[in-house]
Amino acid sequence: MKGKSRLSAKSLGYCSCHVCGLVSRPDNDDDTIDLCPRCHTTLHMRKTGSIERCWALLLASAILYVPANTLIMMETGTLISYRKDTILSGVVHLWVSGSWFVAAIVFVASIVVPLFKIIALALLLMSVQRRSRHWIPQRTRLYRLVEAVGRWSMLDIFVVTLLAALVQIRSLAIVKAGPAAIAFGAVVVLTMLAAMAFDPRLIWDPIRKEKP
Amino acid sequence: MSIPHRHLIICHECDQVLKEIPLPNGGVACCSCCGATLYRHTQDSINRTLAFAVAAAVMYVIANCFPIIGIDFQGNYNEVTLPGAISSVWNQGRPVISTLVLFCIIVAPAVEIMLMICLLLPVRMGQKALGVYPIMRTLQVIKTWGMVEVFMLGILVALVKLTTDFIVIYEVAIWAFAALTLLLASMTASFNPREVWQQLDQIAEDGEAP
Repeated sequence: MKGKSRLSAKSLGYCSCHVCGLVSRPDNDDDTIDLCPRCHTTLHMRKTGSIERCWALLLASAILYVPANTLIMMETGTLISYRKDTILSGVVHLWVSGSWFVAAIVFVASIVVPLFKIIALALLLMSVQRRSRHWIPQRTRLYRLVEAVGRWSMLDIFVVTLLAALVQIRSLAIVKAGPAAIAFGAVVVLTMLAAMAFDPRLIWDPIRKEKP
Repeated sequence: MSIPHRHLIICHECDQVLKEIPLPNGGVACCSCCGATLYRHTQDSINRTLAFAVAAAVMYVIANCFPIIGIDFQGNYNEVTLPGAISSVWNQGRPVISTLVLFCIIVAPAVEIMLMICLLLPVRMGQKALGVYPIMRTLQVIKTWGMVEVFMLGILVALVKLTTDFIVIYEVAIWAFAALTLLLASMTASFNPREVWQQLDQIAEDGEAP
Protein backbone atom coordinates (compact mmCIF):
# COMPACT_ATOMS: atom_id res chain seq x y z
CA MET A 1 0.00 0.00 0.00
CA LYS A 2 1.18 3.41 -0.98
CA GLY A 3 0.88 5.42 2.20
CA LYS A 4 2.17 2.76 4.54
CA SER A 5 5.30 4.41 5.80
CA ARG A 6 4.38 8.06 5.50
CA LEU A 7 4.48 10.49 8.35
CA SER A 8 1.26 11.96 9.66
CA ALA A 9 0.73 15.69 9.90
CA LYS A 10 0.56 15.27 13.66
CA SER A 11 4.04 13.77 13.93
CA LEU A 12 5.40 16.54 11.68
CA GLY A 13 3.78 19.13 13.92
CA TYR A 14 1.35 20.41 11.29
CA CYS A 15 -2.29 20.98 12.03
CA SER A 16 -5.12 21.96 9.70
CA CYS A 17 -7.97 24.12 10.91
CA HIS A 18 -11.25 22.20 10.87
CA VAL A 19 -13.18 25.30 9.83
CA CYS A 20 -11.08 27.01 7.16
CA GLY A 21 -8.64 24.22 6.27
CA LEU A 22 -5.55 26.40 6.62
CA VAL A 23 -2.46 24.38 7.52
CA SER A 24 -0.34 25.84 10.26
CA ARG A 25 2.33 24.78 12.66
CA PRO A 26 1.35 25.42 16.26
CA ASP A 27 4.27 26.02 18.63
CA ASN A 28 3.87 23.52 21.40
CA ASP A 29 6.42 25.05 23.73
CA ASP A 30 4.01 26.95 25.91
CA ASP A 31 0.68 25.96 27.45
CA THR A 32 -1.40 28.51 25.54
CA ILE A 33 -4.22 27.30 23.33
CA ASP A 34 -3.25 27.44 19.67
CA LEU A 35 -5.53 29.43 17.40
CA CYS A 36 -5.85 29.28 13.62
CA PRO A 37 -4.00 32.29 12.18
CA ARG A 38 -6.80 32.92 9.66
CA CYS A 39 -10.10 32.33 11.46
CA HIS A 40 -9.04 32.09 15.12
CA THR A 41 -10.63 28.68 15.71
CA THR A 42 -9.02 26.58 18.43
CA LEU A 43 -6.72 24.06 16.73
CA HIS A 44 -6.73 20.37 17.57
CA MET A 45 -4.43 17.68 16.19
CA ARG A 46 -7.20 15.16 16.94
CA LYS A 47 -10.76 15.60 18.15
CA THR A 48 -10.56 15.82 21.93
CA GLY A 49 -11.84 12.81 23.88
CA SER A 50 -13.01 11.25 20.64
CA ILE A 51 -13.07 7.61 21.74
CA GLU A 52 -14.67 8.23 25.14
CA ARG A 53 -17.38 10.51 23.80
CA CYS A 54 -18.12 8.21 20.91
CA TRP A 55 -18.46 5.17 23.22
CA ALA A 56 -20.73 7.06 25.61
CA LEU A 57 -23.07 8.24 22.86
CA LEU A 58 -23.00 4.85 21.18
CA LEU A 59 -23.89 2.95 24.37
CA ALA A 60 -26.75 5.35 25.06
CA SER A 61 -28.13 4.82 21.56
CA ALA A 62 -27.70 1.04 21.78
CA ILE A 63 -29.75 1.01 25.00
CA LEU A 64 -32.48 3.20 23.48
CA TYR A 65 -32.58 0.99 20.38
CA VAL A 66 -34.47 -1.61 22.48
CA PRO A 67 -37.48 0.55 23.48
CA ALA A 68 -37.44 2.12 20.02
CA ASN A 69 -38.16 -1.28 18.52
CA THR A 70 -40.38 -2.84 21.18
CA LEU A 71 -42.70 0.04 22.11
CA ILE A 72 -45.56 1.35 19.99
CA MET A 73 -44.52 3.68 17.15
CA MET A 74 -47.92 4.56 15.75
CA GLU A 75 -51.56 3.98 16.70
CA THR A 76 -54.02 3.94 13.82
CA GLY A 77 -57.76 3.93 14.40
CA THR A 78 -60.55 3.86 11.83
CA LEU A 79 -64.21 2.89 12.14
CA ILE A 80 -63.48 -0.72 11.31
CA SER A 81 -60.09 -1.32 12.90
CA TYR A 82 -57.65 -0.17 15.56
CA ARG A 83 -53.99 -1.09 15.26
CA LYS A 84 -50.95 -0.47 17.39
CA ASP A 85 -47.78 -0.78 15.37
CA THR A 86 -44.16 -1.09 16.38
CA ILE A 87 -41.62 -0.15 13.71
CA LEU A 88 -41.32 -3.74 12.52
CA SER A 89 -45.04 -4.53 12.52
CA GLY A 90 -45.60 -1.30 10.58
CA VAL A 91 -43.19 -2.52 7.94
CA VAL A 92 -44.89 -5.94 7.84
CA HIS A 93 -48.29 -4.27 7.51
CA LEU A 94 -47.02 -2.19 4.58
CA TRP A 95 -45.56 -5.33 2.97
CA VAL A 96 -48.72 -7.43 3.20
CA SER A 97 -50.88 -4.56 2.02
CA GLY A 98 -48.95 -4.60 -1.24
CA SER A 99 -46.59 -1.61 -0.94
CA TRP A 100 -43.50 -3.79 -0.83
CA PHE A 101 -41.24 -1.11 -2.29
CA VAL A 102 -42.10 1.45 0.39
CA ALA A 103 -41.92 -1.31 3.01
CA ALA A 104 -38.36 -2.00 1.89
CA ILE A 105 -37.43 1.70 2.11
CA VAL A 106 -38.84 2.02 5.62
CA PHE A 107 -37.24 -1.28 6.68
CA VAL A 108 -33.81 -0.12 5.52
CA ALA A 109 -34.12 3.41 6.95
CA SER A 110 -35.59 2.49 10.33
CA ILE A 111 -34.18 -0.92 11.19
CA VAL A 112 -31.12 -1.73 9.07
CA VAL A 113 -29.43 1.70 9.13
CA PRO A 114 -29.51 2.34 12.92
CA LEU A 115 -28.35 -1.22 13.66
CA PHE A 116 -25.64 -0.98 11.01
CA LYS A 117 -24.43 2.31 12.48
CA ILE A 118 -24.25 0.98 16.02
CA ILE A 119 -22.36 -2.18 14.99
CA ALA A 120 -20.05 -0.35 12.58
CA LEU A 121 -19.09 2.36 15.08
CA ALA A 122 -18.51 -0.26 17.81
CA LEU A 123 -16.20 -2.19 15.44
CA LEU A 124 -14.35 0.98 14.46
CA LEU A 125 -13.87 2.00 18.09
CA MET A 126 -12.64 -1.44 19.15
CA SER A 127 -10.21 -1.70 16.25
CA VAL A 128 -8.86 1.78 16.99
CA GLN A 129 -8.42 0.97 20.67
CA ARG A 130 -6.55 -2.24 19.80
CA ARG A 131 -4.41 -0.15 17.42
CA SER A 132 -5.27 -2.59 14.63
CA ARG A 133 -3.18 -2.33 11.44
CA HIS A 134 -5.55 -4.35 9.25
CA TRP A 135 -8.23 -3.27 6.76
CA ILE A 136 -7.36 0.40 7.11
CA PRO A 137 -8.77 1.75 3.81
CA GLN A 138 -11.85 -0.44 4.22
CA ARG A 139 -12.45 0.89 7.72
CA THR A 140 -12.10 4.46 6.44
CA ARG A 141 -14.73 3.70 3.80
CA LEU A 142 -16.97 2.14 6.44
CA TYR A 143 -16.77 5.35 8.48
CA ARG A 144 -17.65 7.43 5.41
CA LEU A 145 -20.69 5.23 4.83
CA VAL A 146 -21.80 5.55 8.48
CA GLU A 147 -21.60 9.33 8.22
CA ALA A 148 -23.48 9.44 4.94
CA VAL A 149 -26.45 7.20 5.72
CA GLY A 150 -27.17 8.39 9.27
CA ARG A 151 -29.62 11.16 8.46
CA TRP A 152 -31.96 8.89 6.46
CA SER A 153 -33.08 7.08 9.62
CA MET A 154 -35.08 10.16 10.53
CA LEU A 155 -37.57 9.11 7.83
CA ASP A 156 -40.00 7.33 10.16
CA ILE A 157 -40.16 10.31 12.53
CA PHE A 158 -41.26 12.55 9.67
CA VAL A 159 -43.80 10.02 8.40
CA VAL A 160 -45.35 9.66 11.87
CA THR A 161 -45.46 13.45 12.33
CA LEU A 162 -47.23 13.97 9.01
CA LEU A 163 -49.75 11.17 9.55
CA ALA A 164 -50.47 12.12 13.16
CA ALA A 165 -51.19 15.69 12.13
CA LEU A 166 -53.15 14.86 8.99
CA VAL A 167 -55.32 11.93 10.02
CA GLN A 168 -57.38 13.68 12.67
CA ILE A 169 -60.93 13.20 11.43
CA ARG A 170 -63.08 13.12 14.50
CA SER A 171 -64.21 9.62 15.47
CA LEU A 172 -63.76 8.35 11.90
CA ALA A 173 -60.01 8.05 11.53
CA ILE A 174 -57.22 8.92 13.89
CA VAL A 175 -53.43 8.44 14.03
CA LYS A 176 -51.31 8.98 17.14
CA ALA A 177 -47.56 8.95 17.58
CA GLY A 178 -46.49 6.38 20.17
CA PRO A 179 -43.72 6.44 22.81
CA ALA A 180 -41.30 4.52 20.55
CA ALA A 181 -41.05 7.59 18.33
CA ILE A 182 -39.26 9.50 21.11
CA ALA A 183 -36.81 6.67 21.75
CA PHE A 184 -36.26 6.22 18.03
CA GLY A 185 -35.61 9.93 17.49
CA ALA A 186 -33.08 9.80 20.32
CA VAL A 187 -31.35 6.79 18.72
CA VAL A 188 -30.96 8.64 15.43
CA VAL A 189 -29.68 11.85 17.03
CA LEU A 190 -27.28 10.01 19.36
CA THR A 191 -25.79 7.85 16.60
CA MET A 192 -25.31 10.97 14.46
CA LEU A 193 -23.53 12.68 17.35
CA ALA A 194 -21.43 9.55 17.94
CA ALA A 195 -20.37 9.46 14.28
CA MET A 196 -19.42 13.14 14.52
CA ALA A 197 -17.39 12.52 17.68
CA PHE A 198 -15.34 9.75 16.05
CA ASP A 199 -12.06 10.87 14.52
CA PRO A 200 -11.20 8.85 11.35
CA ARG A 201 -7.53 9.88 11.63
CA LEU A 202 -7.24 7.51 14.59
CA ILE A 203 -7.70 4.60 12.15
CA TRP A 204 -4.49 5.59 10.36
CA ASP A 205 -2.38 6.44 13.39
CA PRO A 206 -1.01 2.90 14.08
CA ILE A 207 0.67 2.62 10.64
CA ARG A 208 2.17 6.09 10.59
CA LYS A 209 5.87 6.25 11.22
CA GLU A 210 6.75 8.27 14.26
CA LYS A 211 9.02 11.23 13.69
CA PRO A 212 12.68 10.10 13.84
CA MET B 1 0.48 32.11 17.47
CA SER B 2 0.71 29.36 14.87
CA ILE B 3 2.65 29.80 11.66
CA PRO B 4 0.54 29.39 8.50
CA HIS B 5 1.65 27.21 5.54
CA ARG B 6 -0.60 28.18 2.67
CA HIS B 7 0.52 25.65 0.05
CA LEU B 8 0.04 22.57 2.16
CA ILE B 9 -3.10 20.52 2.54
CA ILE B 10 -3.79 18.01 5.28
CA CYS B 11 -6.26 15.23 4.59
CA HIS B 12 -9.01 15.49 7.19
CA GLU B 13 -9.56 11.72 7.19
CA CYS B 14 -6.08 10.21 7.33
CA ASP B 15 -3.86 13.15 8.37
CA GLN B 16 -1.65 12.90 5.28
CA VAL B 17 0.33 16.05 4.42
CA LEU B 18 -0.03 16.96 0.74
CA LYS B 19 0.96 19.78 -1.55
CA GLU B 20 -1.74 21.86 -3.17
CA ILE B 21 -2.07 21.43 -6.95
CA PRO B 22 -4.03 23.54 -9.46
CA LEU B 23 -7.17 21.83 -10.77
CA PRO B 24 -8.78 21.84 -14.22
CA ASN B 25 -12.40 23.01 -14.58
CA GLY B 26 -14.67 20.82 -12.51
CA GLY B 27 -11.73 18.80 -11.19
CA VAL B 28 -11.62 17.15 -7.79
CA ALA B 29 -8.47 16.69 -5.71
CA CYS B 30 -8.43 13.42 -3.76
CA CYS B 31 -6.05 12.23 -1.07
CA SER B 32 -3.34 9.97 -2.50
CA CYS B 33 -3.46 7.86 0.64
CA CYS B 34 -7.13 7.30 1.55
CA GLY B 35 -8.99 8.76 -1.42
CA ALA B 36 -10.97 11.36 0.53
CA THR B 37 -12.09 14.44 -1.40
CA LEU B 38 -9.78 17.30 -0.44
CA TYR B 39 -11.06 20.18 -2.54
CA ARG B 40 -12.95 20.79 -5.76
CA HIS B 41 -12.85 23.25 -8.59
CA THR B 42 -16.31 24.72 -9.08
CA GLN B 43 -17.04 27.14 -11.83
CA ASP B 44 -18.45 30.50 -10.79
CA SER B 45 -19.14 29.11 -7.32
CA ILE B 46 -20.07 32.28 -5.47
CA ASN B 47 -22.57 33.58 -8.04
CA ARG B 48 -24.23 30.22 -8.51
CA THR B 49 -24.47 29.42 -4.81
CA LEU B 50 -25.96 32.84 -4.15
CA ALA B 51 -28.54 32.36 -6.91
CA PHE B 52 -29.54 28.94 -5.56
CA ALA B 53 -29.72 30.32 -2.02
CA VAL B 54 -32.07 33.16 -3.01
CA ALA B 55 -34.28 30.75 -4.97
CA ALA B 56 -34.27 28.34 -2.03
CA ALA B 57 -35.32 31.17 0.30
CA VAL B 58 -38.40 31.85 -1.85
CA MET B 59 -39.29 28.15 -2.06
CA TYR B 60 -38.75 27.78 1.67
CA VAL B 61 -41.40 30.42 2.41
CA ILE B 62 -43.89 28.78 0.04
CA ALA B 63 -43.17 25.32 1.45
CA ASN B 64 -43.85 26.49 4.99
CA CYS B 65 -46.91 28.67 4.40
CA PHE B 66 -49.07 26.39 2.27
CA PRO B 67 -50.60 22.97 2.96
CA ILE B 68 -48.58 19.92 1.91
CA ILE B 69 -51.24 17.27 1.44
CA GLY B 70 -54.95 17.02 2.12
CA ILE B 71 -57.12 13.96 2.72
CA ASP B 72 -60.77 13.35 2.02
CA PHE B 73 -62.57 10.72 4.10
CA GLN B 74 -66.28 10.33 3.42
CA GLY B 75 -66.74 14.03 2.84
CA ASN B 76 -64.54 15.13 5.73
CA TYR B 77 -61.60 17.14 4.48
CA ASN B 78 -58.37 17.77 6.35
CA GLU B 79 -55.12 19.34 5.19
CA VAL B 80 -51.83 20.07 6.89
CA THR B 81 -49.04 22.63 6.67
CA LEU B 82 -45.62 21.91 8.13
CA PRO B 83 -45.91 24.34 11.09
CA GLY B 84 -49.45 23.01 11.61
CA ALA B 85 -48.18 19.44 11.74
CA ILE B 86 -45.53 20.37 14.28
CA SER B 87 -47.93 22.19 16.59
CA SER B 88 -50.48 19.39 16.23
CA VAL B 89 -47.96 16.76 17.34
CA TRP B 90 -46.94 19.03 20.22
CA ASN B 91 -50.58 19.26 21.34
CA GLN B 92 -50.90 15.49 21.20
CA GLY B 93 -48.33 15.32 23.99
CA ARG B 94 -45.21 14.60 21.93
CA PRO B 95 -43.10 17.75 22.43
CA VAL B 96 -39.80 15.92 21.82
CA ILE B 97 -40.78 14.74 18.36
CA SER B 98 -42.22 18.08 17.35
CA THR B 99 -39.09 19.90 18.52
CA LEU B 100 -36.92 17.49 16.55
CA VAL B 101 -38.95 18.06 13.38
CA LEU B 102 -39.04 21.81 14.02
CA PHE B 103 -35.26 21.90 14.26
CA CYS B 104 -34.46 19.64 11.29
CA ILE B 105 -37.00 20.92 8.78
CA ILE B 106 -37.74 24.53 9.77
CA VAL B 107 -34.84 25.96 11.80
CA ALA B 108 -31.78 24.30 10.26
CA PRO B 109 -32.62 24.96 6.56
CA ALA B 110 -33.67 28.54 7.38
CA VAL B 111 -30.40 29.20 9.20
CA GLU B 112 -28.42 27.59 6.38
CA ILE B 113 -30.08 29.62 3.63
CA MET B 114 -29.91 32.87 5.60
CA LEU B 115 -26.27 32.50 6.57
CA MET B 116 -25.33 31.55 3.02
CA ILE B 117 -26.86 34.81 1.73
CA CYS B 118 -25.33 36.86 4.58
CA LEU B 119 -21.93 35.37 3.80
CA LEU B 120 -21.87 35.46 0.02
CA LEU B 121 -23.60 38.75 -0.73
CA PRO B 122 -20.84 40.90 0.83
CA VAL B 123 -18.11 38.65 -0.63
CA ARG B 124 -19.70 39.05 -4.05
CA MET B 125 -19.58 42.84 -3.62
CA GLY B 126 -15.95 42.68 -2.52
CA GLN B 127 -16.52 43.54 1.11
CA LYS B 128 -15.80 41.61 4.24
CA ALA B 129 -19.01 40.38 5.82
CA LEU B 130 -19.59 40.88 9.52
CA GLY B 131 -18.92 37.77 11.55
CA VAL B 132 -17.54 35.67 8.70
CA TYR B 133 -15.80 33.19 10.97
CA PRO B 134 -18.81 32.31 13.15
CA ILE B 135 -20.91 32.07 9.96
CA MET B 136 -18.52 29.59 8.33
CA ARG B 137 -18.37 27.57 11.53
CA THR B 138 -22.16 27.47 11.90
CA LEU B 139 -22.66 26.56 8.23
CA GLN B 140 -20.41 23.56 8.69
CA VAL B 141 -22.39 22.29 11.68
CA ILE B 142 -25.91 23.13 10.53
CA LYS B 143 -25.47 21.31 7.19
CA THR B 144 -25.68 17.94 8.97
CA TRP B 145 -28.98 18.73 10.66
CA GLY B 146 -31.00 20.16 7.79
CA MET B 147 -33.00 17.19 6.50
CA VAL B 148 -35.33 18.55 3.84
CA GLU B 149 -34.51 15.70 1.44
CA VAL B 150 -35.32 13.08 4.09
CA PHE B 151 -38.58 14.91 4.81
CA MET B 152 -39.41 14.80 1.08
CA LEU B 153 -39.02 11.02 1.14
CA GLY B 154 -41.14 11.04 4.31
CA ILE B 155 -43.93 12.85 2.43
CA LEU B 156 -43.82 10.20 -0.31
CA VAL B 157 -43.96 7.32 2.19
CA ALA B 158 -46.87 9.03 3.98
CA LEU B 159 -48.66 9.38 0.62
CA VAL B 160 -48.39 5.65 -0.02
CA LYS B 161 -49.67 4.86 3.47
CA LEU B 162 -52.60 7.25 3.03
CA THR B 163 -53.77 6.15 -0.40
CA THR B 164 -55.06 2.82 0.95
CA ASP B 165 -57.69 4.49 3.15
CA PHE B 166 -58.23 8.03 1.90
CA ILE B 167 -58.56 10.18 -1.19
CA VAL B 168 -55.33 12.17 -1.20
CA ILE B 169 -55.10 15.70 -2.59
CA TYR B 170 -51.68 17.12 -3.51
CA GLU B 171 -51.37 20.70 -2.32
CA VAL B 172 -48.96 23.50 -3.22
CA ALA B 173 -46.26 22.85 -0.62
CA ILE B 174 -45.52 19.30 -1.79
CA TRP B 175 -44.20 20.76 -5.05
CA ALA B 176 -42.45 23.51 -3.13
CA PHE B 177 -40.71 20.89 -0.99
CA ALA B 178 -39.65 18.97 -4.08
CA ALA B 179 -38.19 22.16 -5.56
CA LEU B 180 -36.58 23.11 -2.24
CA THR B 181 -34.90 19.69 -2.04
CA LEU B 182 -33.36 20.18 -5.49
CA LEU B 183 -32.36 23.79 -4.80
CA LEU B 184 -30.68 22.96 -1.50
CA ALA B 185 -28.80 20.06 -3.10
CA SER B 186 -27.62 22.36 -5.91
CA MET B 187 -26.64 25.01 -3.39
CA THR B 188 -24.53 22.52 -1.42
CA ALA B 189 -22.96 21.18 -4.61
CA SER B 190 -21.95 24.59 -5.93
CA PHE B 191 -20.76 25.97 -2.59
CA ASN B 192 -16.98 25.90 -2.37
CA PRO B 193 -15.74 27.05 1.04
CA ARG B 194 -12.15 27.05 -0.22
CA GLU B 195 -12.93 29.68 -2.82
CA VAL B 196 -14.73 31.79 -0.21
CA TRP B 197 -11.66 31.68 2.05
CA GLN B 198 -9.42 32.66 -0.86
CA GLN B 199 -11.74 35.58 -1.68
CA LEU B 200 -11.71 36.64 1.97
CA ASP B 201 -7.90 36.50 2.04
CA GLN B 202 -7.86 38.63 -1.11
CA ILE B 203 -10.24 41.18 0.40
CA ALA B 204 -8.13 41.33 3.57
CA GLU B 205 -4.95 41.87 1.52
CA ASP B 206 -6.56 44.62 -0.55
CA GLY B 207 -7.70 46.27 2.66
CA GLU B 208 -4.18 46.30 4.06
CA ALA B 209 -2.47 47.62 0.93
CA PRO B 210 -3.52 51.26 0.40
